[in-house]
Amino acid sequence: MARYFDVKRQTGFATIAIVTFVLLYLPIAILVIYAFNEGESLANWEGFSLRWFVAAANNDAVKQAAWRSLVIAAFAATFATIAATMAALATTRTRRYRGLTFKYAMINQPLMVPEIVTAVALLIVFSQVKVWTGYSGLGYLILAHTAFCIPFAYLPVRARLENMDLALESAAADLYATPWKTFRRITLPLLQPGIVAGFMLAFVISLDDVVITEFVKSGGQDTLPTYMLGQLRRVITPEVNAIATLFLALSVLIVTAFFFINRQKA
Amino acid sequence: MAREPELAARQAHRAEIRSRWLLSAPALIIIFVAAVGPLFVMLAYSVMVRGDYGDVRFGEFSSEGWFNVFFQRDIFDDTITYADAHLSIFWRSIRLSLITTVSTLILGFPTAYFIATRPRHTREVWVFLITIPFWTNLLIRTFAMQEVIRNEGVVNTLLQALGVIDQPIQILYTDWAILFGMVYVYLPLMVLPLYASMERLDFRLVEAGYDLYAGRFAVLRRIILPLVKPGLVAGSILVFIPSLGAYVTPRVLGGGKNMMLGNLIELQFGAGRNWPLGAALSITLMVIVMVALLFYVRNASRSGATGHG
Repeated sequence: MARYFDVKRQTGFATIAIVTFVLLYLPIAILVIYAFNEGESLANWEGFSLRWFVAAANNDAVKQAAWRSLVIAAFAATFATIAATMAALATTRTRRYRGLTFKYAMINQPLMVPEIVTAVALLIVFSQVKVWTGYSGLGYLILAHTAFCIPFAYLPVRARLENMDLALESAAADLYATPWKTFRRITLPLLQPGIVAGFMLAFVISLDDVVITEFVKSGGQDTLPTYMLGQLRRVITPEVNAIATLFLALSVLIVTAFFFINRQKA
Repeated sequence: MAREPELAARQAHRAEIRSRWLLSAPALIIIFVAAVGPLFVMLAYSVMVRGDYGDVRFGEFSSEGWFNVFFQRDIFDDTITYADAHLSIFWRSIRLSLITTVSTLILGFPTAYFIATRPRHTREVWVFLITIPFWTNLLIRTFAMQEVIRNEGVVNTLLQALGVIDQPIQILYTDWAILFGMVYVYLPLMVLPLYASMERLDFRLVEAGYDLYAGRFAVLRRIILPLVKPGLVAGSILVFIPSLGAYVTPRVLGGGKNMMLGNLIELQFGAGRNWPLGAALSITLMVIVMVALLFYVRNASRSGATGHG
């Protein structure tokens, strides 16, 4: 019997792929394992313990930073999703019109400029505005986050709209539904999976942000990532690992949910 | 008389355009206020006189900020020399970003190919395994890399236990650390677009190559590579651009000395107290990124025009 010749095989590719997957997960695995270390240091394993999780949970700075992260992400993702959904409705299912390219460029602009550049530009503007208005609350962070979340929320909504059947909306209009009623009863429910996906993407993106937050925040406005960045400058104890592990768990949870919602849709 | 319906249609069209502008207004305004507008303010700051304690002196203009990007003036005799410190940071940023791109390609290409050639139902799982690190916090992944390459980290401990080395190798706070970190952090950005174009690869073409007596390498180079070029270019751009503007990874892994452009920019707004220079450096970085993007757009439209895939 002739040996089966696999046209898809390339020598060594599978090996490199497995090595890549190991390299991707090994550092994260080590980080998580050491979060359960009994000892003070990250060098020696001294037995299993939950003490660093307890320490993190009792650390007021951590709790406040985590809460602040969630508040900012909730507001920014909500505003970004609303603005992005409206923008998606305005830029799909149409003939080309003057300004359409301009809108695309504007909406995607936050993706094209390096984050550090946007961060220092916002530092310049907001530090001046803070002097003029005397306001230095979370508003600046929420505004900045909303802006860079818009392109992420826009993407799935737009994809959903482009694959949508126009016939249902025409049928509603034929049955004397007002444009608003058509939108609320037909378009919006059909659009819902895209909107949910967009919101989740925006939420994760906001939660993860380090650079822009680091430059825009006023004193005492650390989010969880900027708090961790500050901790990395000092002597690190496994408490940072414990915080990172909890953060990691939250991200994985959201991404997994996103993955399954997307799969249902398809 | 005959023109009336046409007029009505044109009016309806105009009303529709108007409502479309209204609908997109919130997104456009937010992005203008908190992303595009500040860039113009920064452009203005780059041509003003620096303030003594940061900030600038409003309305006093100077080319000093831009001058200092590339040159420096001796404080004693006013001789002008190249700003070696800045140029070496520019060079390090570009060099490390290029090596990062090539390294992620070497690891990412076989990985994407591996995933694309799995049976359909297991493929999703492999893609998911790439997506998870992609969505996990970049700072956490950088921190994880730091723990691996520290002097007391896994790599050094293991090598010492095996007797390969006596003393730990200092990797952390070197260019190598930045390189390892960036490859680790940006690898998914290479794999995902490569996979997207490999998934659509028509293996009948590969088979035809073998029928015509091509070897495995010839098939890879002459058939597979040209077909997945769009994904290859997209992946390279997606890795190169954030590498060039990297801030967190060099700050955590490079320490204070091994700066990249992002850290040099931060320095001007912090201890350096030279906002015009920082603004000029930021705009320079942005221009380099725009050039890379333009290259990509031109390349993408050309490969689209020849129509494969």
